Amino acid sequence: MRRIVFAILSTITTVVLLFSYHTSTNVASAASRTVAQLPATPAAPVSPGSASQPRSSTKSGSSAGTSSPANYTGAAANTRWGTVQVRITVQGGKISASQAVQYPQGTSRDAQINGSALPILNQEAVQQQSASIDTVSGATVTSGGYLQSLQSAIDQAHL
Amino acid sequence: MGMPISIHVRSADVDSSTVARAVEEAFDIVREADRLFSTYQHNSEVSRIRRSELEPAQADPLVGQVITVCQQAGELTERAFTDHLPDDDGVLRFDPTGLVKGWAADRAASRLAGLQGASYCLNAGGDVVVGGAAVEDGSGPESIWRVGIEDPRDRSRIAEVVELHHGGVATSGTAARGAHLYNPATGTFVDRSGSITVVGPSLMWADIWATALFVGPASLINRFSEFADGYRVIRQ
Repeated sequence: MRRIVFAILSTITTVVLLFSYHTSTNVASAASRTVAQLPATPAAPVSPGSASQPRSSTKSGSSAGTSSPANYTGAAANTRWGTVQVRITVQGGKISASQAVQYPQGTSRDAQINGSALPILNQEAVQQQSASIDTVSGATVTSGGYLQSLQSAIDQAHL
Repeated sequence: MGMPISIHVRSADVDSSTVARAVEEAFDIVREADRLFSTYQHNSEVSRIRRSELEPAQADPLVGQVITVCQQAGELTERAFTDHLPDDDGVLRFDPTGLVKGWAADRAASRLAGLQGASYCLNAGGDVVVGGAAVEDGSGPESIWRVGIEDPRDRSRIAEVVELHHGGVATSGTAARGAHLYNPATGTFVDRSGSITVVGPSLMWADIWATALFVGPASLINRFSEFADGYRVIRQ
């Protein structure tokens, strides 16, 4: 029932990164905890979109989903730790996988951060999408680049 | 670091210029708040107040408005909410950031509320405000937003789902940023697990209470029951 209603609607998603927030007292902890904000509608159009900037609007249409997997690569985001870029794989209107294609590798701290942050990000992208929810409320997110990049990949996919 | 803010609009006509303009204006409201209140922008009014270069009375009227709300929030929560937080050197300085997010999100959302036949969801770094004109024509399923409450012990999980047509959902906890929530009564940062979510008509007040209940004494819940009419608490 819900999906039928969604099929005649559309969703516009716009993402902007604002409000510089205090960093945590524990920088490594702040960097390694990342949450993915996924867009609203579980409707399923997945034809590859043109590249878009993270702050631009994307609009999803109402076409039916397809079962062939498609990859979308988010715009590279500059974080205080370096450049991060995320790719997601979409199948049947759901994120089936996400991976970082570019991430800081310079220092041992980078390795530490990436070792924990990126798997968390991947897992969350998949699990939150599979839950039947529109949005997530949680402890304040300041994950900056990680999320920006994932979000822009999602926006391209018009999920 | 910045805070991600996303807006979702459901409507039969999201491609219209009316929707695009409303979304843009909603973001303009948030950008304006960032410009005035950011503690990271050297020349924001709040940064200048923190350096004693600007008297609060001479600041933008919106800054005065926020200061007034900060005072109300401090009184209502028996000072569990504070607008004076330690800076990098541990010196207490004016910092209304914790309240401004909800305040700006509510303001931005009110711009979206005017859209005919549309419902919206604005997520500001994990705090959510939803609503829309669709509520008025019979509360169809399209106006229900399912807000997942993150499990603070396993952030890849959703602990609970709140369904609402209209209102705010704010969560306070240490899962995302470690011990960043300041307890003015002890002068320390709270470092305990779990989270507190408050749901109610205004995101700003939901956020104020979520933070106050997280850092404040257990007895503060009595104050909440007495004064926060229309709000409810979800503990994780």
